[in-house]
Amino acid sequence: MESINPVLLIASVMLSATPLLLAAIGEMVVERAGVLNLGVEGMMITGAVVGFAVAVSTGSAATGFAAAALAAAALSLTFGVLTQIFLSNQVATGLGLTLVGLGLSALIGKPYEGMKSPVLPRLDLGPLSDLPVVGRMLFTHDAVVYLSLLLVAAVWAFLRYTRAGLVLRAVGENHEAAHALGYKVVRIRLLAIFFGGACAGLGGAYLSLVRVPQWTEGMTAGAGWIALAIVVFASWRPWRVLVGAYLFGGVTVLQLNLQAAGAQVPVALLSASPYLVTIAVLVLISARGAHAAPASLGRPFHATQ
Amino acid sequence: MAAPLLSLTGLTKAYPGVVANDDVSFAIGEGEIHALLGENGAGKSTLVKMIYGLVKPDAGEMQLGGAPYAPSEPSAARRAGVAMVFQHFSLFDALSVAENVALGMEAPPRTRDLARRIREVSEAYGLPLDPFRVVGTLSAGERQRVEIVRCLLQEPRLLIMDEPTSVLTPQEVSILFDTLRQLRAEGRSILYISHKLEEIRALCDTATILRLGKKVATCTPAEVSARELAEMMVGASFAAPVARPRARGEVLLEVAGLSLPAPGAFGTPLRDISLTLRRGEVLGIGGVAGNGQDELLAALSGERLAPAGSVRLSGQDVSRKGPLARRDAGLLSGPEERLGHAAAPDMSLTENAVLTAARREGLLSRGFVNWGRARDFAQTVIDRFDVRTPGTGTAARALSGGNLQKFVIGREILQRPEVLVVNQPTWGVDAAAAAAIRQALLDLAEAGAGIIVISQDLDELMEISDRFAALNEGRLTSARPVADLSVEKIGLMMGGAHDMEAPHAHA
Repeated sequence: MESINPVLLIASVMLSATPLLLAAIGEMVVERAGVLNLGVEGMMITGAVVGFAVAVSTGSAATGFAAAALAAAALSLTFGVLTQIFLSNQVATGLGLTLVGLGLSALIGKPYEGMKSPVLPRLDLGPLSDLPVVGRMLFTHDAVVYLSLLLVAAVWAFLRYTRAGLVLRAVGENHEAAHALGYKVVRIRLLAIFFGGACAGLGGAYLSLVRVPQWTEGMTAGAGWIALAIVVFASWRPWRVLVGAYLFGGVTVLQLNLQAAGAQVPVALLSASPYLVTIAVLVLISARGAHAAPASLGRPFHATQ
Repeated sequence: MAAPLLSLTGLTKAYPGVVANDDVSFAIGEGEIHALLGENGAGKSTLVKMIYGLVKPDAGEMQLGGAPYAPSEPSAARRAGVAMVFQHFSLFDALSVAENVALGMEAPPRTRDLARRIREVSEAYGLPLDPFRVVGTLSAGERQRVEIVRCLLQEPRLLIMDEPTSVLTPQEVSILFDTLRQLRAEGRSILYISHKLEEIRALCDTATILRLGKKVATCTPAEVSARELAEMMVGASFAAPVARPRARGEVLLEVAGLSLPAPGAFGTPLRDISLTLRRGEVLGIGGVAGNGQDELLAALSGERLAPAGSVRLSGQDVSRKGPLARRDAGLLSGPEERLGHAAAPDMSLTENAVLTAARREGLLSRGFVNWGRARDFAQTVIDRFDVRTPGTGTAARALSGGNLQKFVIGREILQRPEVLVVNQPTWGVDAAAAAAIRQALLDLAEAGAGIIVISQDLDELMEISDRFAALNEGRLTSARPVADLSVEKIGLMMGGAHDMEAPHAHA
């Protein structure tokens, strides 16, 4: 057990939680607007492959991230157009989006297998990074880690303090009433879906450019589904999404470390532990009844005249 | 009434297959309460949506205060000084009062200032409100206050109110009317949409009546009778329900000490409910929505099982029996929500008939549905209750509210119930159809059944009940003969003044 270094552990927890956090905070905004997009996995992996491909071609990881966000957001807009304008079923369309994303990424990614991506530079935080212990733990990461944390704060402030955030919550709560008051339900939802897609794309690119960092087919391995579960377990609240993503990321890293350290626990159980812990916490929180889904979540909206 | 505030000229709006408004013209004066009357589907809501900028007219024009007025969206209407209180509240349950108000304003001030103004306005008009309460926890009357205060904060010149009193107690109605009269005295105009003719006669200066999208008449409601108004709406005279003297027989249904916990977060617990119902009797149960109506119906119909011994049908304890067993024993019910509770929206009328009538009408043979007989039964309901529909194969969803209501009530009545429990039998139904449904209930009572009518329409309860009781927070007052009651007493009963009751009367 001595082989587990707490400083490195915390640092790798942040690394492992960031993709989940990005995808989950985006999906949370989508769901607060009343749309259930089950295609997070497909958008993430599209972001992963496009980000990797563009970063390798241009030699710039930052360009890769931008391209990943755009590509996944574009993919999410197909979901948006189908569900919001053509009123297709959100669950079926979201599942379809996942399948499309997985297939498309395998196709695009074939030539890039085995390549190495350009490195995303660490953000120089000056004296903070030089702090003993804490500096290595928290302040030696790349810009995207901090961007994801800033994003949580920004989403929280947006939903809580801005008029646009209030309108977005209102649309997710009761789209008919919002329409009657003259708000553009479909437009607001499309914007939310676009934002959610971009976030999922960033999360995917973080996997292929930083966390792994290379391209392999199907490399998201269910991270999109975990992000969806985290949104529910977080009761659609930004700070709880942060807690959920770090909890899942933390247990994942911890169990890998335990495996490596040869802990006397069956490997199967260790591998399952992130899921088990997340489910257990989800059940505990739901049992307290503090989970209020947006009332219009997943319901199709058609403006009747 | 000097210069008109809003004048409509030749407004026309057509949808595929139906002309919702056909060349409608009238004017609303400054400081006038103007009633808009009409049956369901007469085009009232389309007309109002045009005034509020939700729908664009195909032809015709509007003038507001002498200037051309063509709002392209609700915010344009609000800027021009037109505000609207919706029939189905346009509120967001999970948000606070202040947030709800802010959503309905063009340029809301900061939350703290807004909260202060909400308090000021709500107190100035006698409608007290706490800006930080979550709307989901408010009563129907308080929710309406939120809508009205939201409108008043924008200093509207014209306030549109769509069926504002359907969810209020008589006392709340009189508070609302005081507020509206105060607004009129300030020179604001009100467009008031309602089914309740007596209210219109008491409150409104002018009334415009629509039928099938056309304007039929503009009149002064105080000068015509409610019956004349109703006949102008329907376009024909119809028979008001007639109650013939009925013999009261033995006790059919006896409920004693029925208590049940609330079914969910927003439900109401039932508390120690006792009632008796005799053969040939109509028991009316009033009360403001959300005081246990749905829960009482569920406990009587068998959807929720009651504690043993609390519900007896002809002496038999049916408390622990489900809906099928109770139906077999002759206890039938018709819930309030037509689409989704009383009828399955996407199934045909025949299929919906089978859903409740299969066993009593023998529509099954060896476990299979006999579709021929089912269609015949559905057709009988359609013929006997004048349900306007292309045929038995039509989906329930495709029927208008009134027609579907006639179908679901007729379906139960034709199964010859011993006891029939109905909730809101004429909610959202036009006057002629409502009269037909009430007559059918009276005929059923005359034939010897016992009927419980749960309703929020007091006029309806006074018209058809023999005895009246009120639900308040899940408690039921003891039943009193309708002949002994005044509106004030009813209001007190609905408000939960149990003290005025003598200790439980012996049945």
